[in-house]
Amino acid sequence: MTESIKTEKEIKPEKKLRFFGLGKLRPYLRAYRGIFATLVFCTLAVGVLNTITPLFQMYAINNFIAEKTLDGLLAFALAYAAVNVVTVVLDYFGSYGCCRLEMFLLRDMRRTAFNHLQTLSVSYFNQHSVGKLHARVMSDTSVISSILSWDVYSGVWNVTYALCAAVVMFVLNPLLALCVLVIVPVVAAVSVYFQRKLTKLNRNVREINSEITGGFNEGITGAQTSKTLAVEQKLDDDFYGKTDRMKRVSQRLGHHRALFFSIIAFAASVALALVLWYGGVITKDGVIAVGTLSVFMTYAQGIVEPVQWAVDALADLVSVKVNVERFTALTESVSDVKDAPEVVEKYGDAFSPKRENWEALHGDVEFDDVTFKYPDGDEYVLEHFSLKVPQGTNVAIVGETGAGKSTLVNLVCRFFEPTEGRVLIDGKDARERSVEWLHSNIGYVLQTPHLFSGTVRENLLYGKPDATDAELDAAIKSVNAEGIITRMENGYDTVVGEGGNTLSTGEKQLLSFARAILVDPAIFVLDEATSSIDTLTEKLIQSAIEKLMEGRTSFVIAHRLSTVRSADIILVVSDGKITERGTHEELLAMRGAYYNLYIKQFREENIAASVK
Amino acid sequence: MKSKNQSGVKPRFTKAGMLGYFMKGSTPLFAAVIVTSLIITLLNVIVPKIIGFTVDSVLGDEPVPQSYGYIVGLFGGIDHIKANIWIVAVAVAVIAAVTFVFHYSRMYFNTRANQVLMRRMRNTLFSHIQRLPLSFLNAHNTGDIIQRCTSDADTISRFISDQLISLFRIILLLVLSLVFMFMTDVRMAAIATAFIPPLIGYSLFFFFKAGRHFKKCDEEEGVLSTYAQENLTGVRVVRAFGRERYERDKFEKQNSYYTGLWVRLEKFMAMYWASSDLLAALQLLSIVVIGTVFCVHGQMTSGDLISFIAYNTMMIGPVRQLGRIISNLSKAGVSLGRIGEIMNADEEAYGEYEGAISGDIVFDGVGFEYEAGKPVLENVSFTVPQGSTLGIIGGTGSGKSTLGCLIDGLYAPTAGKITIGGRDVTQIPPATLRKNVGFVLQEGYIYSRTIAGNIGMATDGADDAGIRRAAEIARLADNVDGFANGYETVVGERGVTLSGGQKQRVAIARTVMRGTPYIIFDDSLSAVDSETDAQIRANLKSEFAGATTVIISHRITTVMHADNIIVMDGGKVAECGTNAELIERNGIYRKIYDLQMSLPQDLRGEVNND
Repeated sequence: MTESIKTEKEIKPEKKLRFFGLGKLRPYLRAYRGIFATLVFCTLAVGVLNTITPLFQMYAINNFIAEKTLDGLLAFALAYAAVNVVTVVLDYFGSYGCCRLEMFLLRDMRRTAFNHLQTLSVSYFNQHSVGKLHARVMSDTSVISSILSWDVYSGVWNVTYALCAAVVMFVLNPLLALCVLVIVPVVAAVSVYFQRKLTKLNRNVREINSEITGGFNEGITGAQTSKTLAVEQKLDDDFYGKTDRMKRVSQRLGHHRALFFSIIAFAASVALALVLWYGGVITKDGVIAVGTLSVFMTYAQGIVEPVQWAVDALADLVSVKVNVERFTALTESVSDVKDAPEVVEKYGDAFSPKRENWEALHGDVEFDDVTFKYPDGDEYVLEHFSLKVPQGTNVAIVGETGAGKSTLVNLVCRFFEPTEGRVLIDGKDARERSVEWLHSNIGYVLQTPHLFSGTVRENLLYGKPDATDAELDAAIKSVNAEGIITRMENGYDTVVGEGGNTLSTGEKQLLSFARAILVDPAIFVLDEATSSIDTLTEKLIQSAIEKLMEGRTSFVIAHRLSTVRSADIILVVSDGKITERGTHEELLAMRGAYYNLYIKQFREENIAASVK
Repeated sequence: MKSKNQSGVKPRFTKAGMLGYFMKGSTPLFAAVIVTSLIITLLNVIVPKIIGFTVDSVLGDEPVPQSYGYIVGLFGGIDHIKANIWIVAVAVAVIAAVTFVFHYSRMYFNTRANQVLMRRMRNTLFSHIQRLPLSFLNAHNTGDIIQRCTSDADTISRFISDQLISLFRIILLLVLSLVFMFMTDVRMAAIATAFIPPLIGYSLFFFFKAGRHFKKCDEEEGVLSTYAQENLTGVRVVRAFGRERYERDKFEKQNSYYTGLWVRLEKFMAMYWASSDLLAALQLLSIVVIGTVFCVHGQMTSGDLISFIAYNTMMIGPVRQLGRIISNLSKAGVSLGRIGEIMNADEEAYGEYEGAISGDIVFDGVGFEYEAGKPVLENVSFTVPQGSTLGIIGGTGSGKSTLGCLIDGLYAPTAGKITIGGRDVTQIPPATLRKNVGFVLQEGYIYSRTIAGNIGMATDGADDAGIRRAAEIARLADNVDGFANGYETVVGERGVTLSGGQKQRVAIARTVMRGTPYIIFDDSLSAVDSETDAQIRANLKSEFAGATTVIISHRITTVMHADNIIVMDGGKVAECGTNAELIERNGIYRKIYDLQMSLPQDLRGEVNND
């Protein structure tokens, strides 16, 4: 609701997540045990084979060149080739498995998050912004799955390579191995140190970057105002300040990154120098052969990066915790409008409704001693409120902007449940039948009409997928929207763009009426538009509303005098509470809030009408 | 880099010309990156030579090659080195230390160059966009312009600081490695080289082919993202129509489709890397085996073989990246084109006049059209004597707001002339004109800063007392005192959202601060209730006594007290006169007046009795 306060709930994990929160992801991983095992096994094997490959060069130098013989060269070449082929094949399965794992996890997590969102009550969406929920479905899942797969891949390979290289070196010559390995803890320590620093700086850079984007947005969206105020120079200065800060922070990041990578490269060279020195001496003394020395040099240079990358992968795993927390906070949240198990048993749930058990809805609504406060509010907006709305009654709800006019509508639609008391539908507590059942009997039209991207037909059929073209025509005709359809290039099959953006607000409004009328609902709920639309469309909308209300129980958050005047019951809301109720004449006679509101609305309508 | 308008003169940029313009200031840094790259590459190719020499002549008994003689002599001759192998190790360590310095410099210079480039690009674009005529900005989608300034600018900076530099480094490395390889052994070098064209060609083929698929995957993820977005925004519609199942299936279908596309693409890529790995392994295998044969036949030393293998390893990795880099190059051209469209748009026309502005506002046969052939104003003539107030009333689309924009020079009239104190407004620089004219828009933009910052925005040296006073005049002070942080409350995109009425009052306060001799109000209190509206108008009247004022509104109560009123209809002046004269005349004004001043039918009798 536009009128309830949005508060972002802090996401706090109930208990500490272990293993970087990965434990929570076990159910997702379990389905792909096979792929995961393949990935780990293949990558492990590739790591081992990659360590072994340099030994072929050692063998060639020590056994053929030093001995001046070519005996067995063919077998050697074949074995060498075979190892290469096996490595490549295993690596193919490992990396392909890795990306399958990534994509399957991503798909499953997105599916779970999205489907779960479909079961949450509307109040959840009042407390969480669309942007953040969207990020949880789309980006957090993407970060988690990519780290879970690629960092496992990279971690396994790098650790295996480093370990195997260490083992091989020890076997060849323990003392010379130490010369190389002495560098490993240094590299690890340096990596950890810089990793922390870089993560922090990276966050700063991202923040400034979004400020810069915001600056561009301000410069473009506010252009007219900036021109009239002649503040271009000031905005320039502010913006230059941001880009300067960006340059400074990025340079600091660049400095640390440059230092980090240079140190790593230097460490590799130091290891090489150590091998040359001590290895050279023992080669000269005949303790090891030249080929062995050469393979040590290969390892000395090759072992540094794996250590660095292993630290990198570990850091990623630590950082993924935040994403896991956000994701699980979403998937574990519980809806506060939930059907009881026995209701689900009989009527089905959102994804598998048991329509055969659904009763027809007649249209009597009754508020029976209802007390209500919003989950995020601390004041009761309804206290012991009772109201009978017999079938066919038109209820108008009026009040100043921000007065809390949506509350009753929220309760009728079961977007929220009463804190105390009951809402009766056809004499039975609404909670005795499923939310789905109720919703399928309510026609609901928003103040700002929401259409989905797709064709006009898809949008119209939203509430009744099996409607025939004749029914479509009839619905369109009854809301006077034929003009819109005939004007469109492809009629019903015209694509309306994201959010129906290729249409005007008035056109969207009319189409959403048609969409509601197709369902032929017993109860009709409408939040009238306040924004002014051109006179012609306004008239069309007016008569469409009348059409919709005919013979139906209706709740209208009313802004138009005609709608208000003709209502059977008018409720006046101020500061969230219902202060007056009665018919138009009764309320006028009271000379209270309604009286003032009525005159004001009359004036405003006249002002609007006089200049059209 | 003090705030200087960097885009005063406007050449027509070609893509290369624009790149050059953006790179001004960062070129020396990029040159430094290239020089340090060159040095690093040279240092890198020395090390395998030292190793080869060590194996052959220090550890083995091969004679010292002639070309090394001098250097070996510097270290006390070969026998001395043989006895003190640490000399070789120290030589390698020293080279590593020197490399360290250059390695750091290269990376740091690259970041710095990139940042200088980015800053210049962003600042230039921002300043330029600020000064583009409103008509340009209205004709373009905001999101699209932002995209050009952010992701297209990123693409260009990546193109220069990453792709071009990498390309240069790879080619340098390739050439130097090959030179050394050919110097070591021509036949072996020929074998190694033979593999390079297929490796590059192969990677080019794959990356160009994959590029299309990558784009397709991105688009499909965009579709999936839109589905989620629409579902969340339209949650009430989904719930109200009970279509959760449909939404689930729709998302699921796209989710699976997208996943399938990626997996197929990744299979393709895994195939590429595998086959390219195999090709590279085959190359190394040939070198090792053939090298071994040569060594055994005494045509090559084992040290040479070791250094040869090192060169080959050094070169082959980057070569395999070439395809990726080259296939990305084309993106930069597209981005340059998109930014060029902005850069090549003309800024607002500048006149010469810099002095004070005073006198009557005169419209003389003014006509205006936003689109050719669709006149918004036709032959509009009127005079606002200095110090007087003009009211303008008219319906939606009557052209009344356009009149205000024309006075403030936001658009230039397409016919006729507008003068202030006899001076054509199109000949006055926008900054000078607008420093004298306060224009309060119906929907003034609220900047992302504090309330005080917003109010004092357009005034140099605004102090707290002045800001508070302005807020009081605009009847905003009570609202502000209600905020937890008062005047320091951050508003706008990144802060508290103000209501329509509050926004309008911030805009009024802003104009009060400026105290300009000319003021235009364009429906600037439409979202404020009539009581507050009246109070603000009374405050403004005393505050701006003596200012030349134009009030545009569709509320009769707002314009009725003006010295002179014009009624706009269909882009023309329909009626003109004082309130009394116009009521007398019994025309459009009278009709509007009657309608707006009337009471509801069912109350008419009663209210009169009150």
